[in-house]
Amino acid sequence: MQYAVSILLSGISLGGQYALIAIGYTMVYGILRLINFAHGDVFMVAGLMMVYLSASLPLMASLPLMLLLTVLLGFVIERAAYKPLRSAPRMSVMISAIGVSYLLQNLATYITGGLPQMYPSLPFLSESVTILGAPTKWVTVVTPVLVILLVLALTQLINRTKVGMAMRAVAKDFETSQLMGIKINSVISVTFIIGSFLAAVGSMLYFTNYPSIVPLSGALPGLRAFVAAVFGGIGSIPGAVIGAFLIGICESVIKGSDWSVFSDAFTFALLIVILVVKPTGLFGEKATDKV
Amino acid sequence: MLKIDDLRVNYGGIEAVKGITFEVPEREIVTLIGANGAGKSTTLRAIAGLVKPASGRIHLQAEDITSLSPDRIVSKGITLVPEGRHVFPDLTVLENLKIGAYLRTDSLEDDIRWVYDLFPRLKERSWQAAGTLSGGEQQMLAVGRALMSRPKLMMMDEPSLGLAPLVVKGIFDIIKEINRQGVTILLIEQNANMALHTADTAYVLETGRLTMRGTGRELLSDEAVKKAYLG
Repeated sequence: MQYAVSILLSGISLGGQYALIAIGYTMVYGILRLINFAHGDVFMVAGLMMVYLSASLPLMASLPLMLLLTVLLGFVIERAAYKPLRSAPRMSVMISAIGVSYLLQNLATYITGGLPQMYPSLPFLSESVTILGAPTKWVTVVTPVLVILLVLALTQLINRTKVGMAMRAVAKDFETSQLMGIKINSVISVTFIIGSFLAAVGSMLYFTNYPSIVPLSGALPGLRAFVAAVFGGIGSIPGAVIGAFLIGICESVIKGSDWSVFSDAFTFALLIVILVVKPTGLFGEKATDKV
Repeated sequence: MLKIDDLRVNYGGIEAVKGITFEVPEREIVTLIGANGAGKSTTLRAIAGLVKPASGRIHLQAEDITSLSPDRIVSKGITLVPEGRHVFPDLTVLENLKIGAYLRTDSLEDDIRWVYDLFPRLKERSWQAAGTLSGGEQQMLAVGRALMSRPKLMMMDEPSLGLAPLVVKGIFDIIKEINRQGVTILLIEQNANMALHTADTAYVLETGRLTMRGTGRELLSDEAVKKAYLG
């Protein structure tokens, strides 16, 4: 019982962390039809920034600064690597995204010298707590709550505000959105800013569970979150969140069984199965178009 | 009000508009008629800022608006009802109207009431997703959405496309009504008959050049126009 609770708790927590990454994938895809391969690396850079910032600054300063710089990074990546390719074929933008991904990984290798960096232990989040007899860290409890709050806030933003309405419009039709007076570049920037912010929050929660961080630390969580986004139906935010929780729980269950080495194999096998059986995912775009 | 001066526009590697000059006087309905591919849509797209002209100038009330971005053009008071309606299918009817007023920061209530008075059908469907409307209702919504920006000039690209004759007549009645209320209209149509009956001034556009100008009535009775466009 205690074991089951602990597996489930860590699965939910892991799923929440993936959800925060997956939302960035799915929102960018929804608007640009681009798989932003650099997203997992932005997540990693956010972690590294926390390492370096917290070395010289108190938490109250380093945490907001890390969030701010990650958001700035996401914004700059879009402006520098994707915006100039707005009218280029989609494949070019995707290759540019892969380029940014390698650039971030290699920059990280250059700066860290390839050595694992100790992730700072955050007060409160890293402290231990016992839930239903299962010992765990506070982050396990905080993650799902924080994810739910952030997702609710995001849903409100998208459904109730003007910029949210513009995001929904741009996701459907670039040109007509422009005719409404919407500046699509601003809307796209907002999308990257939100995605990077959530990834930065996710990185704080995720890396708290690990002793150290290396330049490739973003690659696998990024891929798993990507699978979650595809599973939920890429472009759909609720889909990405549900997909991420399912994948997090599955991963945790498999890691807790005798088959633990197969946890990633399972995730990617799942991706193949979805793409074969239901390529639009759980909540993939339905066309309500009438011509 | 709107002055187009020797406008040239390249589109898809060819010169689609080859130096056209015309004027849209205030409070008039002006129409460009012409066959498919004559450059009508390209002209409107250039005015709306969606494509950059290769050369030539566009003036709105003495102000040069050539090559401004689409959002600047909207803020100057020019709106385009695109070909094929292009309402936002997932947004509700009301949201579609609100997004038409995207650049405005003042109260929208009076204008929403105005649009609902013009198109009572839209009011009944206020909370429906726009994608579930019929073609005619979508065209009404596209017009209403354009009006929400409080335009001085409303450009319309093929409003009759794919609609039943009775619906087309309804749309043109509304166009005249909107014009009576003070909005200048620039209309392009393949349905020349309907357009010429509605327009104060009409131009014929042939493969990127204006070949004829006259009042709607004049062109309706012109032999060449009859033969080429009225069947």
